[in-house]
Amino acid sequence: MSLSRRSLLKGLATAGAGIAGLPAAGQAKELKRRPDDAVGLLYDATKCIGCKACMTACREANGLTAAERDGKWYDPQSLSGNAKNVISFYRGPKGEESFMKMQCMHCVDPACVSVCMLGALKKGDKGIVTYDADACVGCRYCQVACPFNVPAFEWGKATPKIVKCELCRDRLAQGKIPACAEVCPRHAVIFGSYTELLEEAHRRLATEPKRYVPKVYGEKDGGGTQVLYLTAAGIPFEKLGLPALGEKSVPSLPETIQHTIYKGFLAPVVLYGALGAVIFRNRRKSAAGGEEGDA
Amino acid sequence: MSHATAPVGGRILTKPMLVLLGLFGLAAALLLWRFIQGLGAVTAMSDRYPWGLWIAYDVVTGTALACGGYALAILIYILNKGRFHPLIRSAILTSALGYTLGGFSVIVDLGRFWNVWKVPTLFWKWNFSSILLEVALCIMAYMFVLWIELAPAFLEGAKAAGNPKLRRLAEKTLGPLEKAMPFIVALGLLLPTMHQSSLGSLMMLAGQKVHPLWQTPLLPLLFLISCICMGYGVVVLESALSSTYFGLPRETPLLRRLGRVVAPLLGLYLVLRLGDLAIHGKLGLIFTSGFFSVLFLAEMALFVTPIVMFYTEAKPKLGQLFRGAMMIVLAGALYRFSTFLVAFRPSKGWVYFPSVGETLITVGLIAGEIAAYIFVVKKFPILQSRPRRATVRRLGADVIDRLPIPSTAPASGD
Repeated sequence: MSLSRRSLLKGLATAGAGIAGLPAAGQAKELKRRPDDAVGLLYDATKCIGCKACMTACREANGLTAAERDGKWYDPQSLSGNAKNVISFYRGPKGEESFMKMQCMHCVDPACVSVCMLGALKKGDKGIVTYDADACVGCRYCQVACPFNVPAFEWGKATPKIVKCELCRDRLAQGKIPACAEVCPRHAVIFGSYTELLEEAHRRLATEPKRYVPKVYGEKDGGGTQVLYLTAAGIPFEKLGLPALGEKSVPSLPETIQHTIYKGFLAPVVLYGALGAVIFRNRRKSAAGGEEGDA
Repeated sequence: MSHATAPVGGRILTKPMLVLLGLFGLAAALLLWRFIQGLGAVTAMSDRYPWGLWIAYDVVTGTALACGGYALAILIYILNKGRFHPLIRSAILTSALGYTLGGFSVIVDLGRFWNVWKVPTLFWKWNFSSILLEVALCIMAYMFVLWIELAPAFLEGAKAAGNPKLRRLAEKTLGPLEKAMPFIVALGLLLPTMHQSSLGSLMMLAGQKVHPLWQTPLLPLLFLISCICMGYGVVVLESALSSTYFGLPRETPLLRRLGRVVAPLLGLYLVLRLGDLAIHGKLGLIFTSGFFSVLFLAEMALFVTPIVMFYTEAKPKLGQLFRGAMMIVLAGALYRFSTFLVAFRPSKGWVYFPSVGETLITVGLIAGEIAAYIFVVKKFPILQSRPRRATVRRLGADVIDRLPIPSTAPASGD
C-alpha cells in the first residue's frame, strides 16, 4: 500500500476539479430565457368547441392507439401512455363551462429536464422538450417533478417508455405544423413562433377584454412556458388544471441550493480530506494507548 | 482494534429460515411477472403516483434504516468513542444488506432497467443538475464501500476455514486492507452524508405537489439528521434482537449511551422542523390541515417521545431502549413516507395505496435480507462472542440486564 494520504487527496482534488469543470450549470441559477427561435402553441379556450379532432390527429401523427376499456373505445380523460394531447370539459359551480386542452407545456426551464439523470429529456431545437428513450432508465422522476403532470409512462409494457408531446418535431422537420393545430376547425389552438403567439394573445386580450381572464397563462408562470393559454372570463386557470406557480421555475430553488453545496465539487473533497485526517489522528491516538474520550 | 467476534454457528435451515425463504420465493415469482407484464401488472403506481412503496420504503426508508454503520462510524472514527466498536461490525452488515436491498429494488422499479449500466458509465451524458444522478452514483459507490468495510469479517472467516489456498489469500489481503481502511472509512462517511441529504432534496423538485408542512428547503438537512437518528435506532434494535434471538450477552450499557447520543439529535431535528415552519409562517397549518395535521402531529409525537424516555429514565432497561429505538425508527420512517407518498398530492381525484403484489415483493425482499443476515452472522465473525449462551438461556432477560458487563472492552477471553 504505497498510496499516501497526500497523493490520494491530491488525486481526488484533481478529479473533483475535473468533474466541476464539466457542467456549465455549476453556477447559481438565473431565470432562464426562451431561445430566440422558440416555437409553441396558443390555446384559446373560448374558441374550442370540444370536437376532439386534435386528439385523433395527435394519435395518428404519433402512432398511438385509441384507448379501449371493456371492449369500448373511449377518449382518455387525462394524458397517458397513449394520449399526448387531451381535451377535457369543465363545468363550474355556477354552470360556467369551458373546454381545456392539455399537452406538454414546453417549459422554458423544465423540471423534467432538470431532474433527468442522463438527459433523456432535453431542451432541444426551438426550445422543444424532446425525449430520447436510449438515455432513459425509466426512473419516472420527470413525472414526480413536472408541475403540470405531463409525462406519462407505459405501465402495461415490459419495455416501457416515457410518452409526452414533442410538438410533432418529426412533422416540423418535414415543414408541417403540429397535428393538433393543423386540424383544429376553429383555430382554438394555433402554432407559431413564441413571440408571434404572445403578441397575438395580448392583441386578443386588448380587443376583447371582457371575454377573457386578463392574463396570458404561460408568459411568466413557472418560469414561463412555450404553450400559452387564454380562458374565458370567470373561469380561473387553476380550475382548468393550470396551477398557480409564481414566476420562478420549479427547478430554480433546488438547483440553487444543490449547486451552492456542490459548487466545484469542493465541499465533498474538503469534507473527505477532513474526515480522513480526523480518522488518522484518532487512529494514531488509540494506537498510542490513549483510548477514547468520554461520552 | 480487533474485538472478539465469532460466528454464532448453528444450523442454517431452521424453521424461521424456511419461512423467510418461502416469502422470498413468493416475491421472486411476482418479480418474474413484473418483468414479463410491466410495472402496471403488479403495482398500484400510476402516472400521478409514479413512485410507490418500492421507492418510499425500499430505497428512501430502507437505506435510512441502513445508516447504522454510518451513524456508528461518526461516533467511533470521528468523535473517537472507541467503546462503541463492538457494535460496528453487525451495524455494517445490516447497512450493507439494507443498501443492497435498496439497490436491487431500484432495478426492479426502473421501467427501463436494462439501461441502468449507462448511469455510472456514460459520464459525458451526466446531467449535473439532476439530484437523482448524484443519489444514484453515491448509493452505487457506497454499496461497494460497505462490502469492502465488511470484507475483513469474510476474510477472517476464510482464514479460519480449512482450505489452505483461501487461507493464504485471506492472509495476504487482510494486511493491506487494514492499512487502506481509513481512506475507505472516510469515503463511508462522506457518501451517506451526500446521498442521504440529497434523498430529501429529491422532493424539493416536486414543488407544490408536496404539502407545505413537508415541502421546505431544509429537506436535505432534515433527511440527514433523521437518517443518523434512525441509524442509532436500528443499532439498538439489531443488538437487542440478535442478543435475544441468538442467546448472546446483552450490550445494554452501550445501548444506553447511544440513547444519550441520539436524544439531542432528535431535539435538533424538532427545532429545525418547527423553526422552519415558524420562519415561513406555516405554523398555523399544523392545526388547519385536516388529515395532514394528524399526520404531522403523529410525526412530532414519535420524535418527542423517545427524547422524553431517554431523559427521564436514568438507567433504561433493554426493553425500554428497544421501545425508544423503535419509535425513533418509526418517526424517521413516517417522515419519509409522508414526504414521498402521503403528503405528495399531485392532483385531485388520484390516490395511491400499494397493491398486494408490490407489498408482497417488498416483504419478500426484506425476508431475504433477514435470511442473509442470519446466514452471515452464523457463518462469519460478525457478532460479539462470549461463551455464555447456556447461562443466558437459563437466566431471564432482566437478570442479564443487571449483570455487571463492563462498558468499554468486551470481557471476552480472546
